[in-house]
Amino acid sequence: MQQTIRDILTKHGGLAMPVDQIADTADLYAAGLSSFASVQVMLAVEEAFDVEFPDNLLNRKSFQNIAAITDAVGSLVGDREAVA
Amino acid sequence: MTMSAGSSLAARAQRVAAVAAAHADTVDVDARFPQEAVDAMIAERLLSIQIPEDLGGEDAGLSDIAEICSLIGQGCSAAAMVFAMHHIKLSSLVSHGADSDWHRAFMRRIVDGQLLLASATTEGGIGGNLRNSICAIEVADGRCRLTKDATVISYGAHADAILVTSRSHADAASADQVMTVFTRDQYTLERTHVWDTLGMRGTCSDGYLFQGEAPAEQILPKPFAEIAAQSMLATSHLLWSAVWYGIAVNAVARAQAFVRAAARKTPGVTPPGALRLAEASNLLQLVRSNTIAGLGEYEAARADADRLSSMGFAVTMNNVKVASSETILSIVNHAMLICGIMGYKNGTPYSLGRHLRDAHSAQLMISNDRILGNTSNLLLVHKQDTSLTG
Ligand SMILES: Cc1cc2nc3c(=O)[nH]c(=O)nc-3n(C[C@H](O)[C@H](O)[C@H](O)COP(=O)(O)OP(=O)(O)OC[C@H]3O[C@@H](n4cnc5c(N)ncnc54)[C@H](O)[C@@H]3O)c2cc1C
Repeated sequence: MQQTIRDILTKHGGLAMPVDQIADTADLYAAGLSSFASVQVMLAVEEAFDVEFPDNLLNRKSFQNIAAITDAVGSLVGDREAVA
Repeated sequence: MTMSAGSSLAARAQRVAAVAAAHADTVDVDARFPQEAVDAMIAERLLSIQIPEDLGGEDAGLSDIAEICSLIGQGCSAAAMVFAMHHIKLSSLVSHGADSDWHRAFMRRIVDGQLLLASATTEGGIGGNLRNSICAIEVADGRCRLTKDATVISYGAHADAILVTSRSHADAASADQVMTVFTRDQYTLERTHVWDTLGMRGTCSDGYLFQGEAPAEQILPKPFAEIAAQSMLATSHLLWSAVWYGIAVNAVARAQAFVRAAARKTPGVTPPGALRLAEASNLLQLVRSNTIAGLGEYEAARADADRLSSMGFAVTMNNVKVASSETILSIVNHAMLICGIMGYKNGTPYSLGRHLRDAHSAQLMISNDRILGNTSNLLLVHKQDTSLTG
């Protein structure tokens, strides 16, 4: 999951440095993630994992760093599996 | 706001509004700073009402401040815009400077000296894209230095301090920004653009090359991204809307006076402008409801940083701005059609030229196209609230 998220950030994040140099907990906004790019990343993540972010996860915090995105996706995938 | 004793906020604001109205035409014609109105704000101590009581202020809420913006705006939009922009800057200090000793002490200085704050976000090469900067602040040995090609700083030459955005360091990405308070003794302004405009002439929003140096502790301790999302964007859109509502209220008041004068001359015959007046009143109510709903949303979300940073909140605030800035133009235009040549002419009790020119700034003050572009991006993922009452 982490690798897929890193690939998406490489493609859509518009970051100022290579994604493999960014730690899991490093601030993505400080690395240059714009609000436009964060929406593009959300869309790509939704598509890749077949999930939809509910409104309570659509904020800056969920996309602050790679660990937060992983957690958010993990909780959505987990919810789906719990229902299935 | 209570409308009673002479010392109430409303009474103080009304005295300022009267002074502002008395000088509105010369402020506009001469494109000069509304000094008398700002002196009255200082005399009534209105520049510090938003500051918390423990720092010497009055803890006024955004709705109170919006009411004052609208009251002053009914007489002089330039004076109202100065008041609004000062309080927009102050909202960032109140929301994001409370944990910093320097900014707390500075808020006390604002109370004691009734200091006027200005804003430098717009930059040559960036325009109204305030979440990006080209210039970068340099921090070394506890000092910070900044040079900015600030193409629009309202009342820059009259302010006691300017809050300036920049990248956070020389290698930072363009969206990795901070905002720094520079007091008047800490910067120089070299004028690069003269504000000779269609409207909002009294805001004296000249362009300057800003050069400042100050202790590094004057940099606000939060990323500007958070400051923008949690205080500045919302308070800008709400207080601007309040000023614009004030312009529209006065235009409708003039149109109504015109229709009533005609009705009194020919009792029994409904004047031709009456129907248009009903339409204008309808549009005015939309702007009012929209602004009040936005203020309510802000007050409800105020204590919750996550809610303030949410997409839904951003979409709501963007919509408030776009709707009020567009609708006031229709309202003033309706008023002009009602008053006819008496509205078109300067110097009549029904003159609307200043209102129309001032109202035209609203769509450009952060371009509506830019704001709609931002909203359309958010709507790719944000799901709309389908409830009526929330
Ligand atoms: C009365 C008044 C007072 C002001 N006071 C201040 C102040 O005190 N401090 C300050 O910093 N600024 C101030 N401003 C500036 C203001 O906040 C905006 O930054 C400025 O009006 C935008 O300038 P612009 O139209 O040249 O730039 P841009 O934002 O670059 O827009 C230019 C045009 O390009 C188009 N455009 C550009 N980008 C996009 C996009 N992404 N999507 C869609 N369309 C786009 C728009 O149609 C727009 O009309 C003030 C403005 C006014 C009118």
